[in-house]
Amino acid sequence: MAGTSIKTDWTKPAALAIPKGGVFPDKIEKGRYGPIFPRTPACYGFSILAKIIPGREEVFYEYARNIEKTIAAQPDALAVLKLHYLRWVLFPIKGDMYFMYQGIFDTDFDKYTEDAVALFGATGINTVFENLEGFPKDWKTNAPAFVQFVREHQCPSFLEYGEYPYATADEIKKALRVKAALSEMLDQMQ
Amino acid sequence: MLEFDDIQHILLTRAPALNGRYEFLSFKNPAGGRAWLAAILDKVQSAKAMRESVDKEKRWVTVAFTWNGLRTLGVDATTLATFPEEFREGMAARAEVLGDTGANDPSHWVDKTASPDLHAIAILFARDAAERQRSATEHGKLIAECHGVEVLSSLDLEATPPFDYAHDHFGYRDRLSQPVIEGSGDEPTPGSGAPLKAGEFILGYPDESGSGPALPQPEVLCRNGSYMAYRRLEEHVGKFRDFLRENGKTREEQELIAAKLMGRWRSGAPLVLAPDKDDPALGADLQRNNNFNYKHEDPQGYAVPLGSHMRRMNPRDTAANMNRRRMIRRGATYGTYLPEGTADDGKERGIAAFVICASLIRQFEFAQNVWVNDRNFHELGNERDPIIGSQDGTLEYKIPKRPIRRKITGLPAFTTVRGGAYFFLPGLKALRWLAALDKAS
Repeated sequence: MAGTSIKTDWTKPAALAIPKGGVFPDKIEKGRYGPIFPRTPACYGFSILAKIIPGREEVFYEYARNIEKTIAAQPDALAVLKLHYLRWVLFPIKGDMYFMYQGIFDTDFDKYTEDAVALFGATGINTVFENLEGFPKDWKTNAPAFVQFVREHQCPSFLEYGEYPYATADEIKKALRVKAALSEMLDQMQ
Repeated sequence: MLEFDDIQHILLTRAPALNGRYEFLSFKNPAGGRAWLAAILDKVQSAKAMRESVDKEKRWVTVAFTWNGLRTLGVDATTLATFPEEFREGMAARAEVLGDTGANDPSHWVDKTASPDLHAIAILFARDAAERQRSATEHGKLIAECHGVEVLSSLDLEATPPFDYAHDHFGYRDRLSQPVIEGSGDEPTPGSGAPLKAGEFILGYPDESGSGPALPQPEVLCRNGSYMAYRRLEEHVGKFRDFLRENGKTREEQELIAAKLMGRWRSGAPLVLAPDKDDPALGADLQRNNNFNYKHEDPQGYAVPLGSHMRRMNPRDTAANMNRRRMIRRGATYGTYLPEGTADDGKERGIAAFVICASLIRQFEFAQNVWVNDRNFHELGNERDPIIGSQDGTLEYKIPKRPIRRKITGLPAFTTVRGGAYFFLPGLKALRWLAALDKAS
């Protein structure tokens, strides 16, 4: 279940050292698909690293252009994932090309796994994963296999930092809306 | 086309029963279990048989098995391994995921359903108490004849007065929002959404994803089957009524608090459509009482609080992929009725229900883990479901209200989990296949 009992103070930057394995052994929380990686001052997140199938690099750049168009056409396409940021990176190691997919969001990934699987299909995110070595071919109908791939390729952080720790994307958006509304109100009073 | 003659009736129909009995069984040896199954098989009605005989029939029987039960019947290891992990582990092992901690922990369950010795359930719905007694006696005789079959525990179900509509011991009208399966012949009530693909509830059919999940093998075992999550939930009626009195000065205020916890007045009238005053006629009207949404009609929860039971169990248009999270509910109340104004007698009473779905992890466990027990559901911060969430007295409940919301702190637990298990509900052909496992080998 959601472990959101941490007393949070967004005004005080915070760092958290994380043990090997990515979880605190005395506070392991069991999720539906396995242990849940802890919430840190930098929220929940994942860093999935995997080798790409040789020769498929160009697919990733094409994919990036498609995602840009998808989000422009439907800005709330990924809303269910409660994201702050996503980063996609390609980098070489000893002549092989590797892919890193890093996300920062406000809910542990375990909760909305099936929604994520559905979204991957709907928004075309699957096109890069299908070009990774070992990605299950039946991922659309086999959420557990999809989750297993993600977990096997997740490289948990050993240190995370937040300048405004534990603040959620919704809270930040609310604050910005209040700021915009106040500015609008002050403009109207001129 | 749904195979109505193979699907157990409980999946598609609701028996017109005022009484019932669940018997939780253990098989000491495979032959005993198979003998029991072979003998009870012809009493288990399909959906087709049930529909054809409902007017004259007086009792309806369902049987289902735990993973340990399938193993004890003699299902081979290869086949057993094709069942999903959550079913193989069983409900008690999934306690943390489900929020069954503290007082709800399986170690406190009273009916031995947390035991690995639980192998099967026989569900009886009876038109009246006399028929229940007759059927229970017959079943007792059958079990006595099947060497190695034992009753671990049993539970008698009783409708709660008044009997003219279904409701729980707290007084909330029940059975107002049920999904309808495409091809079942049923029509959804207004606001209930379009009929859902059968594969959301019945194995072997396409689901809302367009295909279907990986199924247990062989096909003869899984086709027309489903999974059932059993929950025995004690309702602390005295504590609930005390809470209403402590938080509402007048009868009207108390009814409003009850409505705010649920999202509906106890009459069934939804707060979205009747925000200030109960409307019993609306509550009883199936053409109107489910016809609402949240995103535009109540986005802030001024009518239905964001954390209310109804909003958590069915967020409607405020959640993604709702069609992949729906569940069929069956069951009944148990224990004696506690009349209003009577001090709590300390006796156990509550709801003993089944949640039926094609994927326990995607449907039932998601609902428990995220909708019921996520403290931060809808950014609420420190709440769980006020009716069935895991409450330990440290959480709160917020009721949006202009100009200032009302916040109730230290919400007590109105319910406690007293038992639970995961069952596989086979089709009738699969039941025959299981009963003849020794012959197959």
